[in-house]
Amino acid sequence: MTAFWLLAPIMVVAALGVVLSRKAVHSALCLAVVMISLAMMYAMQDAPFLFAVQIIVYTGAIMMLFLFVLMLVGVDKTDSLVETIKGQRLVAIVLGLLFGGVLVTVVAQAFVGPVVGLGEANADGNVHGLAKLLFNRYVFAFEATSALLITAVLGAMVLAHRERLEPRRTQRDLALERMQRYAEHGEHPGNLPTPGVYARHNAVDVPALLPDGSTSEISTSKTLRDRGVVRDGAFAGDVSVTMRRLEADGPERGRVEPPPSTPARHDGEEDL
Amino acid sequence: MTVEPFIGLSALLFAIGAIGVLVRRNAIVVFMCVELMLNACNLSFVTFARAHGNLDGQVAAFFVMVVAAAEVVVGLAIIVSIFRTRRSASVDDASLLKL
Amino acid sequence: MTSMSSIVLAASEHADVVPVAADGVFSWMWLLVAIPAVSAAILLIGDGAGDHGPLDRFGHLLGTAAAIASFVVGVVGFVALLGQDVAERAVTQDLWTWMQVGGFDVTMSVYYDQLSALFVLLITGVGSLIHVYSIGYMAHDPRKRRFFGFLNLFIAAMLVLVLAGDYLVLFLGWEGVGLASYLLIGFWQEKRSAAVAAKKAFIVNRVGDLGLALGIMLMFAQFGTTNIHEVGLNVTNASQSVATALGLLLLLGACGKSAQVPLQSWLLDAMEGPTPVSALIHAATMVTAGVYLVVRSAAIYDLSEVARTAVVIVGCVTLLFGAWIGCAKDDIKKALAGSTMSQIGYMMLAAGLGPAGYAFAIFHLITHGFFKANMFLGAGSVMHGMNDDVDMRHYGALRKLMPLTFITFAMGYLAIIGFPGFSGFFSKDRIIESAFATNFWAGLAALLGAGVTAFYMTRVMILTFFGERRWREDVHPHESPKIMTVPLIVLAALSVVGGALTFSDWIEDWLTPVTGSEHHELGVPAWVITLIIVAVVAVGASLAYVLFARRDVPDTAPQQVSVFTRAGRADLYGDAVNEAVFMRPGQYLTRSLVYVDGTGIDGAVTGTAELVGDGARGLRRLQTGFVRTYAAEIFGGALVLVLALLAVNLA
Repeated sequence: MTAFWLLAPIMVVAALGVVLSRKAVHSALCLAVVMISLAMMYAMQDAPFLFAVQIIVYTGAIMMLFLFVLMLVGVDKTDSLVETIKGQRLVAIVLGLLFGGVLVTVVAQAFVGPVVGLGEANADGNVHGLAKLLFNRYVFAFEATSALLITAVLGAMVLAHRERLEPRRTQRDLALERMQRYAEHGEHPGNLPTPGVYARHNAVDVPALLPDGSTSEISTSKTLRDRGVVRDGAFAGDVSVTMRRLEADGPERGRVEPPPSTPARHDGEEDL
Repeated sequence: MTVEPFIGLSALLFAIGAIGVLVRRNAIVVFMCVELMLNACNLSFVTFARAHGNLDGQVAAFFVMVVAAAEVVVGLAIIVSIFRTRRSASVDDASLLKL
Repeated sequence: MTSMSSIVLAASEHADVVPVAADGVFSWMWLLVAIPAVSAAILLIGDGAGDHGPLDRFGHLLGTAAAIASFVVGVVGFVALLGQDVAERAVTQDLWTWMQVGGFDVTMSVYYDQLSALFVLLITGVGSLIHVYSIGYMAHDPRKRRFFGFLNLFIAAMLVLVLAGDYLVLFLGWEGVGLASYLLIGFWQEKRSAAVAAKKAFIVNRVGDLGLALGIMLMFAQFGTTNIHEVGLNVTNASQSVATALGLLLLLGACGKSAQVPLQSWLLDAMEGPTPVSALIHAATMVTAGVYLVVRSAAIYDLSEVARTAVVIVGCVTLLFGAWIGCAKDDIKKALAGSTMSQIGYMMLAAGLGPAGYAFAIFHLITHGFFKANMFLGAGSVMHGMNDDVDMRHYGALRKLMPLTFITFAMGYLAIIGFPGFSGFFSKDRIIESAFATNFWAGLAALLGAGVTAFYMTRVMILTFFGERRWREDVHPHESPKIMTVPLIVLAALSVVGGALTFSDWIEDWLTPVTGSEHHELGVPAWVITLIIVAVVAVGASLAYVLFARRDVPDTAPQQVSVFTRAGRADLYGDAVNEAVFMRPGQYLTRSLVYVDGTGIDGAVTGTAELVGDGARGLRRLQTGFVRTYAAEIFGGALVLVLALLAVNLA
């Protein structure tokens, strides 16, 4: 029981983590913790086969599937935990507590009688025993699950498959479309500006600078913008800091030639 | 080894999973909470199998796992396809059941 | 009353009549009904009303011609019937099957026998005279075409009634005259009082019709047939209680149609109709339908002493009731209407006496048809000359200005009071004699009625034709045109000589095959009774002379009068009783039912609807469209399920 009492708090905390994490990835990791712990509980209760299956199928396959989908869908935003349906959270908690309370206090105590243990059932080995049951008494259910699995595979394929309803657009079509948009809405037909142009860094999270020194929104990836990790593009502060440093070093070192016609202009605007 | 603590833990995990289903809006997280509930049930099955001294409970847990695997496959496919058309994985956005 | 053995004997006697199939003249008897019916149809649904087409100009002539043609057919039939053997005087002709439902078979047939023949003559004869009279009386009415259409409709319906061989066909005619009566009473529908009176007549008649309808249903239930002849044959095998029930139900019907107590209240109000209508329908013909029904159903009444006693009681009560009202009315038509009630009471009384009285009931019915039509038409003639004023207190001294009207009216007067030699003398005398022979109290009531009749008719006579002139300024009394006086003369003549029907007991012998006959010996010679009657009549007339001819007549009715006069003026509180016993509780009942319906039933219905609506409005909040809400609901349901299972397991 020592192992149980060690694992149980971890599982409960991890389960709470599944529910409470802001980020779906964290939830998935917490769930993996619960599942591995569960596998250990299975092992503890003379279910070595399920222990292996739990690790391989659940933690190995299903949780990975979750993570893949998370990546597909995009980890664009952390979930807001603000409840939008009035009273939903209260109802959920009250119901959950009532349910859990009833189960823990009544159903869990309802089991009376000695614990038999699986020593006899597992006499030939757990896998052997399970196989006997599966291929004798539960053989029809087993066959049905095979049908279910095939159906699930087909269903997943159907759902994930996207039918092409129009001919593939060629380079030429795309170019024509761009020019059309330019003609109608004045949308720039060329490439989007690359990040980091005229900026201090050329990393992808630094937006390009426009001639007036402001940042260009469209130069960074939408995913980064949604995540809020795009760096502040305002450069004025950096420039003035650099200039002060240069001045402090004295005119003979690193002297910046002022532009000939408009010395008062800053940020080198006329260079663009 | 008694069975009550296992059952109690199972109930607790089930309730937490249920609350998660009701509270979270991200369809993937909701799905994970469903998995949590299924696993809680599995724990009960395995525990009862031990208590009764036969392997039927373990077989049931095995079937639950199989079904859960199939369900996850289809469910995630649905989430992906919905996300592809609606650009959202929030269960609240799919409120077309309302008139 | 009579002993049982004689009753059964009498009943079997007229059940022996075997109707023979119609041939020769009798196969044309359906024309009696068809002619006025077709004429009515033409007049009522012919070219557009009120557009001064040919029908509007000559429609009244068509209607009159139809009535006269029907009368001619009736006379031909009567003469042919006289030529038949006594055993073959009941002629029946099946026209077509009206309805056939399982074993229930109603044949539309013409049943022409001695009784029908007399009625046909009365209806068509008096009817024709009244048609002629109406040509003058209604000359200036813009809707006279419609009036003549209604009159024809009435004649047709009445003939259906008396020629019916089946109670259901009789009921058809019965309702037909009810309809015609309604239409004619309310002919001046722009007058509110006329419209109300028409409705009242219709509704009170419905009560009586209910009795007749129930009676017919009982016949069908008991005998499986409604054929009059077959019912007469079957009823002899039926139990006493069935015969009694049938008799009482038919009596209720007769009371409604003949304005007998307790269904008398409509007749006085029915005087709102044009005077020819009062003469034709509410004096001479329609109101006698009840008497006809009782006589025609003689086979039933012969078997039930209770029913006959009820008829006698109704007759006696109505006889005195009508006479009382007649004494108190100043309206000449209402006084005559009271008299009509009273005289029909005589007929009912006679009919209730059983085979001893049926013939006299019919005899009095016929003579009454003559003299009462005569007097009503005379009253109409007076009103015609007095600008339609009906208050006798505004008349007086008209005998010089309306000599023809006066003389004819006087003939009718002498006939109704039973002046020796006039028709009423014979008919009333026979009834009173029979009544005394059967039951002393009934005879006494009839005798008293004769005295009162003499009193109020003398009063009418004196107030109208004698005494001072009490006319309004703008009234210029004048004799009516010939078209109106000629029918009066004819009717007056019939009033005088109508008594001849009883010479050598002709009418009794004539009707015996239909009604059976029976003679009761009086304890005293008949002439003693006759003398007593004449004496009583003389007393009544003299009293009226003393009270009204010797004194001035106030222009308006005095208010300080005895309680008897006041009751008479109020129609003996018939309307008050109806209102208190039927109308008010009925109104309360309907009002409370409306209340119960409105609050209880509607409340339950709308309350349920509102409950459902409110519940739905509340439950709608659960339907947010968010899948998580639904999940919460499912979860809640699961919790409830778990708790329920626990409760079941722990219990």
